[in-house]
Amino acid sequence: MAGYKKSLVDTSRLVSDKTTMSRIVDFITRWEFIIFALIVFEAIVFSNLTPYFLDTFNLLNTTFNFSEKAILALPMIFIILSGDIDISVAAIIALSSFSMGFAASHGAETGTLIVVGLVSGLAAGLFNGVFVAILGMPSIAVTLATQSIFRGIPQAFLEDQAYTHYPEGFGYFGQGYIGNTMLPFEFFLFLVLAVITGFVLHKTTYGRKLYAIGNSATASKFSGIPVRRIRMINFALTGLFAGIAAVLLTSRIGSTRPNIALGYELEAITLVVLGGVSITGGKGNIVGVVLAVFLLGYLKFGMALLNMSAKVMIITTGALLIVAVLIPEFISMRKKKNKLKKQKNDENTEEVA
Amino acid sequence: MKKITAIILVLSVVLTGMVFANGQKDASGEAKKYKTVLLVKSLGNGFFEAVRDGGLEAAKELGDVESIYMGPSASTAEGQIEIIESLIAQHVDAIAISANDRDALIPVTKKAMKAGIKVMSFDSGINVGGRLVDLVPSVEELIGRQQVQLIAELTGNKGKIGIVSSTSQATNQNAWIKWMYEEIKKPEYKDMEIVEVAYGDDAADKSYREAVGLMQKYPDLAGIISPTTIGVLASAKAIEDEGKQGKVQLTGLGLPSEMQHYIEDGTCRQMALWNPIDLGYTSTYIMEALITGKISGKEGDKVDAGRMGMITIGKDGLAVMGTPFVFNKDNIAKFAAMF
Repeated sequence: MAGYKKSLVDTSRLVSDKTTMSRIVDFITRWEFIIFALIVFEAIVFSNLTPYFLDTFNLLNTTFNFSEKAILALPMIFIILSGDIDISVAAIIALSSFSMGFAASHGAETGTLIVVGLVSGLAAGLFNGVFVAILGMPSIAVTLATQSIFRGIPQAFLEDQAYTHYPEGFGYFGQGYIGNTMLPFEFFLFLVLAVITGFVLHKTTYGRKLYAIGNSATASKFSGIPVRRIRMINFALTGLFAGIAAVLLTSRIGSTRPNIALGYELEAITLVVLGGVSITGGKGNIVGVVLAVFLLGYLKFGMALLNMSAKVMIITTGALLIVAVLIPEFISMRKKKNKLKKQKNDENTEEVA
Repeated sequence: MKKITAIILVLSVVLTGMVFANGQKDASGEAKKYKTVLLVKSLGNGFFEAVRDGGLEAAKELGDVESIYMGPSASTAEGQIEIIESLIAQHVDAIAISANDRDALIPVTKKAMKAGIKVMSFDSGINVGGRLVDLVPSVEELIGRQQVQLIAELTGNKGKIGIVSSTSQATNQNAWIKWMYEEIKKPEYKDMEIVEVAYGDDAADKSYREAVGLMQKYPDLAGIISPTTIGVLASAKAIEDEGKQGKVQLTGLGLPSEMQHYIEDGTCRQMALWNPIDLGYTSTYIMEALITGKISGKEGDKVDAGRMGMITIGKDGLAVMGTPFVFNKDNIAKFAAMF
């Protein structure tokens, strides 16, 4: 019944209740402000500690390290917003990269490879979608299982071998730059996809419906939202984006091994949660996630410039995540408390009157 | 909107301040040392921490080099690539890599070399084109010959010698054993002969049975050579269980941490393996030679690698460190703590 209650609160958000609305806006700006402030703090600290941080070439070049994960995070927003999770994305990359390697070893050209990569990603996503959206199985269980399957296929075929022969032009997508600029193609693609994702999320009814499903799938279903279809599309999109990431990553490193992109799923989910998207669904926006991409990407870069141990980076990321989950939780708790107090006060005054 | 404008203003002022602050720091300058990096497969591995110690030792001797130790938290090529990108950004002078993937690192190491960084690999190499030099611990001939020399020292150059190998198809072991037969032809070993090669298949129980079998078949067996870490451990246990300590000598290629007990109690008084300290040490010497232009990494180049002697770069940038390191009761405790 908790979901039902929640949905009542949130419909009040859709209806133009001025004070709630402005409060929510306040809250959002506050969360993004925290990330933004952290980025500024990061920039100040690192640029004081190393002369290589504030360098246009370095700042752009580092995007190679996080563009693929950032692209994975985009459809993950949809998934998490609507209350699902997909932990098979890294395994989809492995499967998709394996398919491309297989095709390349049979003489496929760059264009064909891209189609193979995207289609195999999309197919894997649809496969997840069938179990989650149509058969109604919990997404965590489904993607836990499919991640073994998706990665198991390349593992079974490749064992300790690798596909290392890709056509000459294929390297552009993961290693190339836009024209003669210093802007990596990967990063440019991420920016374009982020704008599209943001548009869908905040300017279309599809985006609206995601929030509704995340708040209460049952209530959404009864209000005529095609919940199944939307969840299906979400998983298909995630597969497709994983396919894009697979093309980029395979092109960047020019090699496919079964352990390719190991652990990427957690990094993508980290970006989404750090970006302020509620892990229980229904809350969050694109700006927070994009900022989180930069926060984490440049945090890692700065720490690497200082030659800090990878262990320190892991601990720092963990600490940031806890902050990301706790602070919004804490703020909303305070708000509820205040609201209750206010209601009580109102009732009291009514009684007096 | 006002808020955002204000933030951006503050940010830009602060950042400009930082840039200036940095400029001043740069001008003051510190003693210039070449930055050499030992990039390993992953952190938290005793073997690689020993590599780091070797790098520090070499840096101290060389004087003009700073040795930096790095590695990803998990053994992935992607993690190493991230680190290499940041090393390009901070303009280090040289990187020596123990690669998680022979091929996947090539695009980024090519980028590093294009940026003027000297790239080499050690321990686990990068394919040709992705590095200037690849340092391998040893070669078949040196390993094989040394095994015979070690057992001869233990048996006093005489007696019957059995070999406990891994599988009969193992490329490495077969090549080493071929060189053992070559070495034993020398006149100083005229009283020594290799009587049998047994195959323990790199399984502890089978290796154990094969070692016991050798001792029963040849009651006057003088020594066992086991050029595999699993075989040498199983053979040591077999000698101990048969009560043949002191009668049957043992040597081979073994892990110090596994063999410490048997080396200290005299079952296996000496054995060999490549030493990670030497790998880090030699890599750092080669990096310094590459940076200072003493060598370019072409065939025939020679590097003076301190206590490791002269190291010659061979075909395809392949450099061989030398004879494997010998472990005995004087040094085993130190290395057992590492790997």
